[in-house]
Amino acid sequence: MTAIKRFLPGWLPTYAGLYIVFLYLPVIFLPIFSINIAATPKFPLSGATLQWYEDLPRTPALIDATWNSLMVGVSASILSTVLGILAARSITRYRYPGRRTINGLIMAPLVLPEVIVAISMLLVMLQLGLSLSLFTVVLGHVLVCIPYSMTVLTSGFEGFDRSLEEASADLGESAFGTFRRVTLPMVAPAIISSLLVCFTISLDEFIIAFFLTGTEATLPIYIWGQLRFAAKLPGVLALGTLLLLASFVLMTVAEILRRRAARRTQSEGGLYA
Amino acid sequence: MLERVQSERTQGDRTMIDIRDVTRSYGSFKALDNASLAIHEGEFFSLLGPSGCGKTTLLRMIAGFDTPTSGSIAVDGQPMDGIPANRRPTNMVFQSYAIFPHLNVEQNVAYGLKRLRLDAGEEKRRVEEALAQVSLTGLGKRRATELSGGQRQRVALARALVMRPKVLLLDEPLSALDKKLREQMQVELRRLQQAVGITFVLVTHDQYEALAMSDRIAVMFGGRIAQVASPKEIYQRPVNRQVADFLGGMNFVKAEIVEENGASLVLDTLGFGRVKTDKPKAFVRNGGNATLGIRPERLRVLWDNATAKFEVAGKVVERHYFGEITHLIVEIPGLEKPLSVTETNDFGADDIPVGTSIRLAYDPEALVAMAD
Repeated sequence: MTAIKRFLPGWLPTYAGLYIVFLYLPVIFLPIFSINIAATPKFPLSGATLQWYEDLPRTPALIDATWNSLMVGVSASILSTVLGILAARSITRYRYPGRRTINGLIMAPLVLPEVIVAISMLLVMLQLGLSLSLFTVVLGHVLVCIPYSMTVLTSGFEGFDRSLEEASADLGESAFGTFRRVTLPMVAPAIISSLLVCFTISLDEFIIAFFLTGTEATLPIYIWGQLRFAAKLPGVLALGTLLLLASFVLMTVAEILRRRAARRTQSEGGLYA
Repeated sequence: MLERVQSERTQGDRTMIDIRDVTRSYGSFKALDNASLAIHEGEFFSLLGPSGCGKTTLLRMIAGFDTPTSGSIAVDGQPMDGIPANRRPTNMVFQSYAIFPHLNVEQNVAYGLKRLRLDAGEEKRRVEEALAQVSLTGLGKRRATELSGGQRQRVALARALVMRPKVLLLDEPLSALDKKLREQMQVELRRLQQAVGITFVLVTHDQYEALAMSDRIAVMFGGRIAQVASPKEIYQRPVNRQVADFLGGMNFVKAEIVEENGASLVLDTLGFGRVKTDKPKAFVRNGGNATLGIRPERLRVLWDNATAKFEVAGKVVERHYFGEITHLIVEIPGLEKPLSVTETNDFGADDIPVGTSIRLAYDPEALVAMAD
């Protein structure tokens, strides 16, 4: 026991260091090789260039895919956030039988194997007679985005003091005015955070998009298609780096907003009382 | 300015809030059961009772956040049926204060004024005036999240007062504050009410708070109003054991009714012997027995050879020290429960050994008859 105690403090930082390397090493390689002059991802690097990045906007198929991804991402994030608002409001505001079960069922897609979800959705879409298109991709993305949207929104809505809305009414404000002047400003950060998270997830999602799209490719599908050509690899790496960067920025902003929303609704009394 | 404030202080018997036969049911549970009450203009009125007695329900119905199942509420002669909270001449200070966290102090106070579309100067003047009333001058730009509990409460008060309501409703406004601040705010709230002359309706479960601040108190239990009276009368002449108990310690002695007429009662008790007392207005006998009550501080220890016209003798069985006072438990022959006696410590009540035989003096005026 004492041996372990003496041994651990020295090695814990090393372990933690290795852990981080394991998590992020692959991610670090992406930007490194994306500025390599040689088309093959191998050390030593043969020199730095931004040529692969410059080539990106000159690829029409890539522009199309970007455009598709943006459309799908915006639609999916708006749809899942609207649905998420309704569900999160109900879960945080009201007490009714089955509340926890419903919450669990909404969160479940988070842990379902995505490929199974994709196949099931494909079957449903075909049964419904929907032809595969970006629209069906949006529907699929809404399904996987809602759990994330719910998580962000519930943490923003939780602890929303109902008497704030009552106080507004008490001071003469109408129901709509109360929504505009109190409810919305207080939950806006959570809503924007949810939009950003859902957009990011939709932007990066591959499996469902792959199964549910018709002929139009989203960015991940485009990337997957490019991987067959060795010469196109640096371009893919450059694109991947940009996607990574976009995701990172979006998620960071989303998290900052989520925390701000949670602080707003939960700061009542507590800390400063 | 002073003139206007004073002319508004017409604390008469003009009814400001008229509550008639109000019942609020949730299924078979009655949160409020046939309550009737007239709150006067300019008075500081408290609804006092334990949690679940219906006091908050009643307050919320006056504010418009809840609707009576039956009965009616009128404010300043105007029936409130079907009038939503945002169009009532009442404003509320919430238990949680409900300060808008995304607005600063000034914006919080000006919240309700925005709808009145005053010109900018007038709005600013009224906000400043309200902040001054609650001693928050200069803190207008402070963020709501940077305020202490006491300051939040003041903002909530200013935000309501700036609307110049006919009635200010206060839902347990002091319960979140620590003891010292609470006592300070009691004095300030009372002073503020006197200065603005607005009718205040306070909900509280703290009997001292109600006694210290109110002109009149309604004591409530289980959805019913048990007694409405001045603090002094509520404390000294409670209508029943429940009210007596809730307002502080009270010794209860079994009594037999010997004689009853319009104004007085003659009761036979063990311990206190035959006692003649005023008959309380609300006294309705229930069989041949009644209860006689006396507050612990109305029993005085008789030292050495001192005598009193009315006294009882007994033996000290317990002694509890509370700093400025001592609590004695005194066994009286014939009484099934020993008497509680509160004695100030200036004569050495804290040194009376347990087991000492003592005599207690009392004023028959302090004896209260209560129906069983």
